[in-house]
Amino acid sequence: MSQLPDQEETIVEPFTGGRLPPDDVVVAALRAGDETMFAALLDTWSRGMLWLARSHVSTNDSAEEIVQDTWLAVIRGIEGFEGRSSVKTWVYRILVNTAKKRGVRENRTVPWSSVFEQERPTVDRSRFQGVDDPFPGHWKELPTAWPTPEGEVLASEVRGRIAAALAELPPRQRAVITLRDVEGCTSEEVCEILEISAANQRVLLHRARAAVRGRLEEYFETARRSA
Amino acid sequence: MKRFSCDEVVELVTVYLEGELDAPRGGRFEEHLGGCEGCERYLGQFRATIGALGELPPTALPGEARERLLAAFRDRGRP
Ligand SMILES: [Zn+2]
Repeated sequence: MSQLPDQEETIVEPFTGGRLPPDDVVVAALRAGDETMFAALLDTWSRGMLWLARSHVSTNDSAEEIVQDTWLAVIRGIEGFEGRSSVKTWVYRILVNTAKKRGVRENRTVPWSSVFEQERPTVDRSRFQGVDDPFPGHWKELPTAWPTPEGEVLASEVRGRIAAALAELPPRQRAVITLRDVEGCTSEEVCEILEISAANQRVLLHRARAAVRGRLEEYFETARRSA
Repeated sequence: MKRFSCDEVVELVTVYLEGELDAPRGGRFEEHLGGCEGCERYLGQFRATIGALGELPPTALPGEARERLLAAFRDRGRP
């Protein structure tokens, strides 16, 4: 351990890949017209924004327009930003509101406040032993071990599978898993952005993750059989 | 105390990973994992899935949209 524990962090990290500087730095830079900072936000958040917008409207074009309108609102609103939430949450909240309005206009509202999803198990019951078996509720057969993704080809196929699995998810699950696991938001941020409870967030996240895992399992299983 | 069965464990994985399982249930969860290869594997695959989701390459805005927004940012405040 050669690092000095009490040394002050004075080096500003290049803000790529989600490593944005603290909010006050971001806000000051935007107000001062720092285009590099604005571009960094655009490039870091636009993917999550596109996915989230896509949960509210039916086409990619509409989703793109929502994202553009959101950024225009951010440009107009940055002077008046009061810092009551993080910049990220503020931007995503503008997005959600823009998307909702647009969804209403296009007559495609996703029932965000609909009753809770059914309490279905996330892993098929047939995978577990029944009441008459020796160990009820325990695996009939263990899940098959997955290969370690070594080759680039495998990795890119897995990415493709994941993207397809996300696209199949119900909109609310997709929004939560995208914000949490793809974009790296905290659960508090997701609850604030989507206006859902912590418990609801957790259930949606769990269902979504289990569904994506299931898709990967199918993929590896098929690959194993055809090998 | 009643032990968790595998079909219960698989539904608690996210709560566990979020650090939201209370101590007695967390203890039972980990105790189950320690003795169950299937659930340990399931948890590993769940973690691998989450890791892979975090590595998806970013989808940028199409070039024109990005340029247009950068121009709007440059022109902000101008009449
Ligand atoms: Zn088990």
